[in-house]
Amino acid sequence: MRVDGRGLVDRTRPVRFSFDGRFYEGYQGDTLASALLANGVRLFGRSFKYHRPRGVFTAGSEEPNALVTVGRGAEQTPNIRATVQEIFAGLEARSQNRWPSLKYDLLAANDVLSPFLSAGFYYKTFMWPRSFWEKLYEPLIRRAAGLGALSGAPDRGVYDTAWANCDVLVVGAGPAGLSAALTAARSGLDVLLVDENPAPGGRLTGEDELIDGAPATDWVADVAAQLAGLKNVRVMCRTTVTGVFDHGTFSALQRSATHVPDPGDAPLEVFWRIVAKACVLCTGALERPIAFPGNDRPGVMLAGAVRRYLHQYGVAAGTRVAVFTNSDDGRKTADDLRAAGVDVVALVETRAGVKPGPDHPTFVGSTVTATRGRLGLREIRVEGAGGSQWIKADCLAVSGGWNPTLHLASHTGARPVWNAAIASFVPSPGALLGFEVAGAAAGVFSTKGAIKSGRYRAKLILEGLGAKVPRQGSVEADDTPPSAVAFWQVPAKGRAWIDLQNDVTVKDVELAARENYASAEHMKRYTTLGMAPDQGKSSNVLAMAVLAAQTGRSIAQTGTTTFRPPYSPVAIGAMGANGKGRRFAAERLTPSHQAALDRGAPMVEVGLWLRPSYFPRTGETTWRQSCDREVAMVRKAVGVSDVSTLGKIEVHGKNAAQFLDFVYTNKMSSLKVGRARYGLMLREDGFVMDDGTCARIGRDRYVLTTTTAAAGAVMAHLEFVQQVLRPDWDLRLLSATDHWAQLAVTGPAALETVNHLLDQPISREELPFMGHRQAQIGGVDGRIFRISFSGELGFELAVPARFGDSLFRLAVAHAETLGGGAYGMEALNVLRLEKGFLTHAEINGRVTADDLGLGRMLSPDKDFVGKRMATRPGLVAARREQLVGLRPVGAVKALSAGARLFEPGAGICHENMQGAVTSAAFSPTLGHFIGLALLEGGRNRMGETIRVLERLRGLDTLCEVVSPVFFDPDGGRMRG
Amino acid sequence: MRIKCPLCGERDLREFTYRGAALPRPAPDAPDEAWDAYLHLRDNPAGPTRDLWHHRAGCSAWLVVRRDTATHEIFGVELATRSRAVRA
Repeated sequence: MRVDGRGLVDRTRPVRFSFDGRFYEGYQGDTLASALLANGVRLFGRSFKYHRPRGVFTAGSEEPNALVTVGRGAEQTPNIRATVQEIFAGLEARSQNRWPSLKYDLLAANDVLSPFLSAGFYYKTFMWPRSFWEKLYEPLIRRAAGLGALSGAPDRGVYDTAWANCDVLVVGAGPAGLSAALTAARSGLDVLLVDENPAPGGRLTGEDELIDGAPATDWVADVAAQLAGLKNVRVMCRTTVTGVFDHGTFSALQRSATHVPDPGDAPLEVFWRIVAKACVLCTGALERPIAFPGNDRPGVMLAGAVRRYLHQYGVAAGTRVAVFTNSDDGRKTADDLRAAGVDVVALVETRAGVKPGPDHPTFVGSTVTATRGRLGLREIRVEGAGGSQWIKADCLAVSGGWNPTLHLASHTGARPVWNAAIASFVPSPGALLGFEVAGAAAGVFSTKGAIKSGRYRAKLILEGLGAKVPRQGSVEADDTPPSAVAFWQVPAKGRAWIDLQNDVTVKDVELAARENYASAEHMKRYTTLGMAPDQGKSSNVLAMAVLAAQTGRSIAQTGTTTFRPPYSPVAIGAMGANGKGRRFAAERLTPSHQAALDRGAPMVEVGLWLRPSYFPRTGETTWRQSCDREVAMVRKAVGVSDVSTLGKIEVHGKNAAQFLDFVYTNKMSSLKVGRARYGLMLREDGFVMDDGTCARIGRDRYVLTTTTAAAGAVMAHLEFVQQVLRPDWDLRLLSATDHWAQLAVTGPAALETVNHLLDQPISREELPFMGHRQAQIGGVDGRIFRISFSGELGFELAVPARFGDSLFRLAVAHAETLGGGAYGMEALNVLRLEKGFLTHAEINGRVTADDLGLGRMLSPDKDFVGKRMATRPGLVAARREQLVGLRPVGAVKALSAGARLFEPGAGICHENMQGAVTSAAFSPTLGHFIGLALLEGGRNRMGETIRVLERLRGLDTLCEVVSPVFFDPDGGRMRG
Repeated sequence: MRIKCPLCGERDLREFTYRGAALPRPAPDAPDEAWDAYLHLRDNPAGPTRDLWHHRAGCSAWLVVRRDTATHEIFGVELATRSRAVRA
C-alpha cells in the first residue's frame, strides 16, 4: 500500500509493467518488489525444494526469495532479484519454479513430504539400485528443485567489458563511502566511487534520520553534488563490485541498461576490471533474521527492509504490521510505521528488561513461535511469560541485529574475526595491504560513527599514498551504540528456516551436526546452506550460531565458510562479452586475403590465420577436383601461393651466427652470405620443436622462417635463449612476420613467372637452389629465395606487406597464361606429402630428430639447446616410432590421419599398437592415396605390410611401408 | 595479479606468460642428475618462489619474479638478463 507523503519515488511519473501476465502501475524509482508490494502483491515465487509460497524478504541485492524471470523468449533472464530490478514501461516479469501457477503449485507436495527430504536425503534414499541414480532419480530431483530457467536460445543482448584505473576505489556510497570518497577526492587523487544502487546514499535513503539538523537525504545530495563537481572523481552507480583479486584488482558488474525500456545498441551490462592503488570498503551491513517456526511465509520480512519500503518507496509492507526484534531497531521500525499511519499490531521484544513502549502493544521477553497463512502471513503466535496468543498480522518485521558485509574483505583469503561487542564477524583488521574498511562494514553502525569512520579510513589511505589530507568540520548525526545482545533462534517446535533460498532449516543444520558434519565447511556442503545464488548473505551468521549451539562451541570457534567471488551473480554473457563468435579469437589475414576471396576461395583456419583452402574453377564441384587440378598445375606448369603466414624472424648482431648455432641443431655459422639452409630446433628436453629455413642476408644478419603454427612459440623461445641463457651475446631479434608478404612461385615454369615480375631477370645458375638475393620487384625493394616446399623448382618472393595484394594478383595472372594459377592449402599439403616434407602433424612434440630421419642434423661439434637430453636412452631406443610412408595394398576408399597401425593378424589392443598415420591425402601425381606415419622401428621395415585401422571412419586396410619421399626421391626437380 | 615489469611498469597478469622456476642451465657435460633436476624436478613450495615470466604481450622481456605462492605477495621483479638466479 502506498503511504501518502513518504518516499523518494517520482509520483508524477507512473510506470506500467506486468507480473505473471497481470498489469500493475508503479512509479519511476520503484523496484519491482516495491511496486508489487504497493499493489498488495505478497506472493512472488515458490521455494527451491519444498515449493513453499515466498514473498519479498529484503529490500536489496541480498534478496533470497523474490527471484523472477524478466523478459521473454531469447531475451529472458532468470533469477532476477525483484528487489534490485527497477521498473520501466513495459517491463515483463514472471514468477518461477511453479506449475501450473504460482497460487496452485503441484510440486508443493514436496512440502508435505518434507520429513523425508531433510539434508542429505538423496545421498541416503536414492542409493539403490545404483544405475537408477543417473537415469531416474537425479533427473527427477533436478526437475522438482530449482529456480528460474534459461530460454535455451542464444542471448542476443549486448554486453561489454571495460577497464578502469584509479588511485582510490571506494566501494559503497552510504554515509561512510560518501565521506571516504569526499575526503580522498579533496586530496586531488583520482577517486572512483562505486555503488550497486541507482543513486548514492546507502542506508540513509531507507531511513528518516537527520544529519546536522536536516534530512539525511539532503546531506547525501550535498555530498553527491560536491563529488560531481570534482574532475578527479568518478561515481558509478548500479555497479556491484563482485570480486577482489590480488594486487588491487577488482571485478565489477555495471547494470548499465537493464532499467530502461529500449537499450538500443547500449550494453545491458558491462563487466569491469578495476585497478586501484588503494581501496576503502564501505559495503555496509546486512540485517540478520531470527529463526522461528514458519518464518518463511510471504509477509515475514527484515525490519530494515520494511523501513526502506516506507522511506524510500513510500510503501507500507502490510496493513497490520507486527515487529519481532532483539534490539532497538525493532522499536524504531514500529515508531516509523506508526508515524506514517500504519497500524502496528504488536512489538515482540525478546529482551525481558526493556520497558514496554507507550505507543505500541508491546510483548517484552516474548517470541514469535508460529505463523499461519497459506499464501501469505495471516497471524502470528506470540509467546511469553504471560502465556501465548494468536495475533492477526499480514506483515512481520524481523530484526536480529546486523552483520557487517565483509565478503569483499575476505575474497583474497583473510578470515573474518568475531567481534563480541556487535555479536558478529568483522573483517580482520589490516589483513589486506592498501585496504581500509569503514562504517558498518567494520562494525561501526551509527550514522555519525560511519561518517567519522569513512573520513578516518580515507585519511589513513591518503597518508599511505603520500597525499595531503584535507581538513574537515564536525558533523551531527544519530550516534546510537549498537546492540550487543544476540538472539538467534526461537526454541519452539516446527520448521524454522535459515537459508530461505536453498530451503535449509534449523533441523537440517542440527542433523548435519549430529552426523558429524560439524565444521562450517562440511555443514555447508551437507545441507547446501549458503550455496544458492544469494550465497547465504542473510543466513550465514545465523547458521554458524545454530551450528555452534549444536556442537557446544562458540561462534568464534565455529568460524565462517569461505567467501569467494562473485559477491552477487554475474551473467556469463557479461564476463564473456566481446569473446563470442568471430571475436572469440583474433583473426589474422594474409596480404592476399581479398585477392583470394575475389577468386572464390573458401577460407580455412590455420592457427589464427585464415588461408585459402582451394581456388575453384568453373565446372569444379568438389574440393578434391580443385585440389587435384592445382597439384597437377604445380607439377606441370606453375603455381602461386601466399606463404606470408610462415614466421619470419630477423637475427642481427655480432653474435648472431653463434646464437643460431646454439638454437639450431645444425651449423648456421658456416652458411655463406646469399645462401639458406634447412634448420631444426629442439626443445631443451631433446624433442623437436620446429623446423624452417635460415638465410644469411649479411655477415651479421640472418632471417629465419618458422612454421605458421609455431611462429609465436619460436620467437618466445629465441627471446628466452637470448635473455636467459645467453644474455652476454650481442644480438637483436625482430619478429618480421607481418612486415613481409611472401609468395611461393613453384613449378617447372616458375622461372618464367618470376622473371616476369622481377625488374632484372635471373637464371637458375645465378640463383642456385637454397640461394637468395635482394631483388627489385616492380620497382619495390624485395627479396627472392630459391626454396621449395613442393619439390618443384621453387622461388619465394618477399615484398613489404602492403604490396602483397598486387604482387599476388600479378603473379597469378601471369601463371595463368602458362597454364598455372593460384593454389590453396589443400594442394600445398598434397605437394609436401608427396615429397615427405614435414609439418606439425609429424612434429607433434613427441618426436626426436632421429624419429623423423633427421638424426644427422644433430651437430657433434657444438652445444645446442636440447643436445644433452636428445641422447637420453629413451630418445635413442631402437623401437621408437620412426617416420615412414604408407602406400595402400589394393584399393582403398581413403587413408586418414589418426589411423592406428597394427601387424596384420595381431589382436587389436593397445599393447599391439605400433604407431599412427600422421598425414594422408590422395596423390593425383601418383594416382593413389599416400600417407606419412610414425611406425615402431619403421625405417628397417620397408616393404612390410601393415594393417591401418580407423574405426570412426570405418577404415581397415593394408598398406605397404615405403620411404616417406614418394615423388622425385633424389630431388632433381627442385635442385636442377 | 599485477607484475611490475622493470621496463613497462605495473601490468595485469594476462600480459605475461608463466614458464617455471628460474634456474641456471647446467653445463653441457654436467651429470645426468643435474640435467634431470633442471628439466624435471620442482619443489612446488607453499611460500617464496623465484620463477620466470615472459612479458609476451608487452615488451618481450623475460623476468625473474620473486613471490610467495601462499600470500601472492611479489617481493621483486628483475630482468632475466640481469638476474643471478639463472646464471650458473
